[in-house]
Amino acid sequence: MGKIMLEVRDLKTKYITRFHEDVYSVDGVSFTIEEGKSLGVAGESGCGKSTLALSVLGYYFPPLHYRSGEIIIDGKNISGMDPDTVRRTILGTEIAYIPQAAMNALNPTMKIIRFIEDVIHVHDPKAEKAAIREQAEARFAELGLPREVLDKHAVELSGGMKQRTVIAISTILSPKVLIADEPSSALDVTSQKMVIKMMRELMEKGYIKSMMFITHELPLLYNVTDDIMVMYAGQIVEKGSAKEMVFDPTHPYSHGLMGSILVPEEGTRGTTLTAIPGTPPNLKKPPQGCRFAERCKYAKPECRYTGIPERFFGENGTRMYRCLMGVDELKEVYSHE
Amino acid sequence: MSEAKTRINKDFTNAPMCLSGRGVTRVFTAGRTRTVAVDHVDFDFHVGEFVSIVGESGSGKTTLSKMLLGLLEATEGEIQFMGKPRDISTGAKKREYWKGIQAIFQDPFSSYNVFHKIDSVLLDCINMRGGKNLPKDKKIEMMTEACSFVNLKFAELTNKYPFELSGGQMQRLMIARIFLLKPKILLADEPTSMVDACSRATILDMLLDLRDETGMTIIFITHDIGLAYYISDTVYIMEHGKFVEFGKADEVIINPQAAYTKRLISDVPKIHEEWDLSTVDLKAAE
Amino acid sequence: MKNTLKNVFHSPRFVVGFTIFMVILLTVLIYPYFVTRDPLLGLGKGFLEPGTYVSVYDTNTAGTYRVELPEANMNRMESSVPMEDRVTIIEFLTAKGVDVSHLTTANGDVPELVSLWQENYDEADVKKSKYPGFTTQAKRKALARMDARLSGDSATAKMTVTVGDGDDAATTTVNDTDYVKVNEVANSITLPLGTDNFGRDTLTELVKATGISLLIGLIAGTVATLLGLIVGLLAGYVGGILDDILMFIANLFTVIPGFVLLILIYYSVGQAARGVTTCALVIGFTSWVWTARSVRSQVISLRNRDHVNLSKLSGHSLPRIVVTDILPYIASYVVMAFILQVSSGILAEAQLSLLGLGPKTTDVPTLGLMMNWAKLFGAYTSSNAWWAYFPVILVIALISFSLNLMNTGLDQVFNPTLRD
Repeated sequence: MGKIMLEVRDLKTKYITRFHEDVYSVDGVSFTIEEGKSLGVAGESGCGKSTLALSVLGYYFPPLHYRSGEIIIDGKNISGMDPDTVRRTILGTEIAYIPQAAMNALNPTMKIIRFIEDVIHVHDPKAEKAAIREQAEARFAELGLPREVLDKHAVELSGGMKQRTVIAISTILSPKVLIADEPSSALDVTSQKMVIKMMRELMEKGYIKSMMFITHELPLLYNVTDDIMVMYAGQIVEKGSAKEMVFDPTHPYSHGLMGSILVPEEGTRGTTLTAIPGTPPNLKKPPQGCRFAERCKYAKPECRYTGIPERFFGENGTRMYRCLMGVDELKEVYSHE
Repeated sequence: MSEAKTRINKDFTNAPMCLSGRGVTRVFTAGRTRTVAVDHVDFDFHVGEFVSIVGESGSGKTTLSKMLLGLLEATEGEIQFMGKPRDISTGAKKREYWKGIQAIFQDPFSSYNVFHKIDSVLLDCINMRGGKNLPKDKKIEMMTEACSFVNLKFAELTNKYPFELSGGQMQRLMIARIFLLKPKILLADEPTSMVDACSRATILDMLLDLRDETGMTIIFITHDIGLAYYISDTVYIMEHGKFVEFGKADEVIINPQAAYTKRLISDVPKIHEEWDLSTVDLKAAE
Repeated sequence: MKNTLKNVFHSPRFVVGFTIFMVILLTVLIYPYFVTRDPLLGLGKGFLEPGTYVSVYDTNTAGTYRVELPEANMNRMESSVPMEDRVTIIEFLTAKGVDVSHLTTANGDVPELVSLWQENYDEADVKKSKYPGFTTQAKRKALARMDARLSGDSATAKMTVTVGDGDDAATTTVNDTDYVKVNEVANSITLPLGTDNFGRDTLTELVKATGISLLIGLIAGTVATLLGLIVGLLAGYVGGILDDILMFIANLFTVIPGFVLLILIYYSVGQAARGVTTCALVIGFTSWVWTARSVRSQVISLRNRDHVNLSKLSGHSLPRIVVTDILPYIASYVVMAFILQVSSGILAEAQLSLLGLGPKTTDVPTLGLMMNWAKLFGAYTSSNAWWAYFPVILVIALISFSLNLMNTGLDQVFNPTLRD
């Protein structure tokens, strides 16, 4: 078992709306990522996966508020730190974050090298410009980015190149954890592949120690991360290796999600896609029992009022799911469909 | 969708023509720059055919769809509708044409006028089909039927605003609208790209039902080649304003001929075949 | 709709702005019922300070009462020794070497100052001794005049008043303990803000002027918003050549500074034709451009929205699409633009009138005209009549402030993303 890079224990955060209502968008999430591993987070829009990314960063700004739980990065507990300390001491060196629209966040009046100077100066105000340039050129060469990019403005770069540049900038200080929230969803498939290839190189060359990858595109997640966890209504409903999760899902929700995958491969045409009727629950008032019960084909009366514990199974108990039904019972049900 | 297999793979080569085009071109000029969005495309869509037009952003597929809908004029080229040259030169002729072709757009949240209730959206369709003077009960009956076709309950929707529904429900309501209008052609512009995976299957299923029930031609615009493969009879692959390849879905996807199609298929992440990252050259210009 | 209104009234900024504006508006509407006098009636000549004015004539015919006020003498003396005289006394005494360090120009010290003066002043002595600062003849004469004044006042002599004239004249003696009751005097007037140079009651005039200025703002704002809305809708939705033509016109208005245009149009209209309505219309016709531009850009982005496309596919006519699918989306924006147009219309009128290009000066007062008169008759400078211009400035500032506050309040409600 490798060294644990990121550990999240029972993390709970909430949004406070304009009308002062609480929205419990991350409600008791626990997971760990070991050194050299990547974890994928899958789920539908509004399930809390993007909020989870922001919450793990420890960078809390209204309307997002921390409630309870712990975030430990390489043995260092960052939960409860104020945002400014997080920005100065954690962002960049311990943890880096790339949102979907990251490429649009580059100030168009600044050359790329300036962003790198800014990132480095936050942690080392005395760093010399020449040294920074040397470091940046070396890193860009390693990642297959042309060095001319350093002296260009963001507007001169294509979408895919911009996104790769942003990733290179945010990982320049070799953070321990990289959190990528839909980093390639706005790109065409060719650029997406390049972004993914670059992220994989970052991992292989040790510039990042671990990664959390968030997307709603399951085939992509399957190809990018070692493990996948499925999130539903603010909670993790199932966790396992990518292969197990895609081909052998346990939880009824993940089962439905995996049944809706569409890829241009022989044999997928004419198969039956799974549809899950209904809509996710309102997180202002999360259901008392299983959050998926309302939409679950197999729900029993007790599902609606009993708290559902996390249950572990599989080799060394590495797989987790959140359902009252047993693994075999679920397998049995699925085989009859 | 148990009988899905029987619903696809029909042969349309001898079916009557529904919408066809020769040399259809659209050029945008802004100042001195000319952008050719759609560049001399030819196409033949048959009655009852499920056609997908696949292209990445900037390929011109949305411009083409606007021209097909008659919302945008073609700079050049000829479009035939039901075997006759399409004439939409006056407002009245346009209105007549739009009785034959309707659309579902990508973003359900911007497809509705937020100031109008769901009832008025559906009533509008009944009026358009000449049902203005029908008795009220009959109208409600028609709306209820349309809603139940897409698995919605009209009684629960009446007097509500579209934004009170989820994205998937809104998109289904759009299909209910098409069900009422029963056009000859439905142009669906990425109708599932902003909808969750779980609702996507429902919407695709309903589009197939709609085709089977009314025999309408469905032109499905998408960037997702896997989706196009799954659902359509015929696939047109579009790159930089041109069709680089078209044909039966099975043939195009399993045995692509054009270099662009090959690249597109190889770049999409898959789950059974390996997604080969070694072909990616990071230093190559994008 | 109901919900939006509720949200609007939950915005503190809007509520504060709205309250200030309503107070001003209600004052304008209600005040004329209490003061029915013509606001432009000249009550006298020149600037009168704020205060209550009692008719001297009528005090003699009013009944007299005996009141013995202990501090009467002192008050009398204080009110009759002006500040300049007190300063001069202290200067003179200091020059002569009398210790006055414990005395100031305050009211309470006046009796002691006057008695010290009478002890120490001697005309011959001043001429002979040449005290520093009092060497010139003019200064010495001034001292002599002051002495005459002070010695006359110090007596609490009885006063004789003659009523009537010629043979019918009768004399009455007025004692220093004779008082009249103010509300028994037939004629008295309270002028809280004094009078302007024409002797008009400034407060009444100000209320009327505020009303007229609001009307000008309202007309100008309506004209500018309607014109801007129509041009913006046509240019934005119809597009093409119409857009080019309309935007060319709009660009012309932008290139030539609006205010210069305003002055030119205004000047060519001529003084005789410049009524309130003309003034408002001209302001409206020169300030529609930015409303048109922003409406146009909003319409262009709306035009490509799918709900508009869908409405077209449903066979709806152009006017119907504009009215049902475009207008409601920009309504909140138009309301905000209207509020700003009203505010800028009021300011434009003030600027124009200050330059002497306001409405005909004989008919009605406006806030700008009041400033213009105050300027022309030296209220800012020689007369130092603050009451003739300061309240006007305050009202203009308050109107502008309240309208802009309402606008930002609305902005917060309609564009919640801008909220902090």
